[in-house]
Amino acid sequence: MMADSGPKEVAVIGNTDLTSAELDNNIKNTMVEIEKGTSLLRKMEISVAEAEKRTGKNTVNMQELYTVYLIETRPVDALTEGITPDSLWRRYSEFELLRNYLLVTYPFVVVAPLPEKRAEIVWHKLSADNMDPEFVERRRVGLENFLHRVASHPVLCNDNIFYIFLTEQDKDWKEMVYETGFQAKADSRLKAVNAAFRVKNPDGRFTELKHYSDDLQTVLSQLLRVRARVADRLYGVYKVHGNYGRVFSEWSAIEKEMGDGLQSAGHHMDAYAASVDDILEEEEHYADQLKEYLFYTDALRAVCRKHELTQFELEMVALDLACKKQQKEELVTGTVRTFSLKGMTSKLFGQETAEQREAKLQVLEHQLKEGEEAVKEKNTESDEFVKTAWVDIERFKDQKDRDLKEALISYAVMQISMCKKGIQVWTNAKECFNKM
Amino acid sequence: MTRFSSPSQKQSAQESARDLSLPNGTPVETSSPASSSSLLNRLQLDDDLDGETRDLFVTVEDPKKHVSTMETYITYKVATKTTRVEFDLPEYSVRRRYQDFDWLRTKLEDTQPTHLIPPLPEKFVMKGVVDRFSEEFVETRRKALDKFMKRVADHPVLSFNEHFNAFLSAKDLDKRRGLALLSKMGESVKYVTGGYKLRSRPVEFSAMGDYLDMFTQKLGTIDRIAQRIIKEQSEYQVELREYGPVYTTWALSEAELQEPLEGVASCVANCSNALDELTQDMSEDFLPVLREYVLYIDSMKIVLKKRDNIQAEYETKLEAAAFRKEERASAT
Repeated sequence: MMADSGPKEVAVIGNTDLTSAELDNNIKNTMVEIEKGTSLLRKMEISVAEAEKRTGKNTVNMQELYTVYLIETRPVDALTEGITPDSLWRRYSEFELLRNYLLVTYPFVVVAPLPEKRAEIVWHKLSADNMDPEFVERRRVGLENFLHRVASHPVLCNDNIFYIFLTEQDKDWKEMVYETGFQAKADSRLKAVNAAFRVKNPDGRFTELKHYSDDLQTVLSQLLRVRARVADRLYGVYKVHGNYGRVFSEWSAIEKEMGDGLQSAGHHMDAYAASVDDILEEEEHYADQLKEYLFYTDALRAVCRKHELTQFELEMVALDLACKKQQKEELVTGTVRTFSLKGMTSKLFGQETAEQREAKLQVLEHQLKEGEEAVKEKNTESDEFVKTAWVDIERFKDQKDRDLKEALISYAVMQISMCKKGIQVWTNAKECFNKM
Repeated sequence: MTRFSSPSQKQSAQESARDLSLPNGTPVETSSPASSSSLLNRLQLDDDLDGETRDLFVTVEDPKKHVSTMETYITYKVATKTTRVEFDLPEYSVRRRYQDFDWLRTKLEDTQPTHLIPPLPEKFVMKGVVDRFSEEFVETRRKALDKFMKRVADHPVLSFNEHFNAFLSAKDLDKRRGLALLSKMGESVKYVTGGYKLRSRPVEFSAMGDYLDMFTQKLGTIDRIAQRIIKEQSEYQVELREYGPVYTTWALSEAELQEPLEGVASCVANCSNALDELTQDMSEDFLPVLREYVLYIDSMKIVLKKRDNIQAEYETKLEAAAFRKEERASAT
């Protein structure tokens, strides 16, 4: 599986035609692609198979210990069953770079989030250590999930940089990413905040979406925190029951008729106490699903910010045009309706000559034309953005509803199973007691 | 084969008919049974004490807080109905506090040393940990005191005890508490020294003593574990109560997901309520029974000590007699 040379073309496995990876074309293709329902994931199996520790020098030339992840890819094809997949190693920072590139290059897309860099919302049994094997394992799963999300996205899956990330070990991928110049395209945070404050007419749907993201973030953070505390407490309850096991065992030693019953009941108590470890492991999976959507809210807000920025720029350009028009009018009619330096200077130093006025008019006309062009451009840009962004937002909403519904259902199933196990244990223990 | 029946799980507060089948104060036979646990098994409630042959009814009710300059305490109304000639009146109603019950029990122990006196609820509570005046605590204590009084009242020997009579009928108990305390101390000193002088204890009593020690220990541990579980469950409950509502809040900002989220919230609430019931049942039904047994075992141990004491006295006297015999023999 070799990609064709050149960063602008994408070699594919399978029969999907793709034109160059120019942004505009991609958008057109996206519209078509959505209808066709193709995605990279259908053509290619992607997995993050392993994690390994490496030592190496970091940017400040110091030895550090880091983890690398093995990405395996294999075309989905009856003929290739059993063929070993291609593979390469990537570390977390490369995933981050990929995501930042995607964010900047496709600002209208709600880009899937990466798993946590550091373990944050944990309950006491799980360590907050990045090197902890359980944490690394959960991160591995999270990274695989990220790749699947990107590979199944109608727009993102066609990106060449993404493709090379998955398949090419030899090329200096990082260099390639920097060469796209995406960093220059990135909007400064300051610009975005400024726009957010000063924009006058953002699309109401985006404002609503922004509020929704904020609400969702708040509620999910709270939910995850409380769930971790609940897990902690549940752990305590189960484990204390283990003490019964010990004491029944000791007690059975001094009893005659009751001895056997106590002994068996004690075993059941031990089993009960031990069962909580598995239960809580499973629940972590539910927590991870919630976490993904918690992190998704950042991506949602990013899209809203981009809209505000483009809208703001449009408004600025339109304002500028309006200003220029007014200037022209004043110049033409000779009236000065608003206070201006021009007005003052003309009062002080006398009116200007006809030639001067004519010259000025020319300049203004030129500027006006430019301004109108700019407004038209910005308008189109803004409209395009709103259109494409909203398509992706609808896609995201459907995905979110599906995923979270599934997550809630499997959570409920988990709880039912836990309760059933509990009932089983106590029924067994009760039988032991009855037989005593 | 006698069978030991466990107390019922549910008990309503106003129950006067005892469906509790715990050993009452039937006399401990000094001829030893085959094993220590079967001894316990043989202590069984005699169910032929039914309404028709009972002529003494006692209840402990109506707890009230009593505030004086020195202290605050709770008094309970002890109501008696009887046809016995030993009592001057057919009905009595007096107010007693815990100290008074404690006095009564001590008196019964002193005057009926061969009988097993039913236990009282615990005397001491840690001031910071338990609220002595909370409704729950007072009610639990009242129930236990009521049980105690009923057991004594139904006992064929103890119920005729003069101190018991005084307790039920006297307006003010002339307790001479100080003396009672002293005599109790004196006796425990006697028990200790008695132990040292014992030449050999019959095997069955040693075994019983050992068993009782272990048994108390195990029961105590179980009691502590149960309390710890209750505590952990309460803390779990606190978190659960916060957990459910978060789902409800979330449901407010969702459309498709609103129903499932509210579903989860209500499930969590149901779990919470069920847990409440469980914790309550544990506190009300399980723990008191454990505690009663611990107190019963304490009583049994005292009886065993007394037996040891008597054996010591007997052996001492035997030695003294043998010694005098020798003296006489050598004198003549």
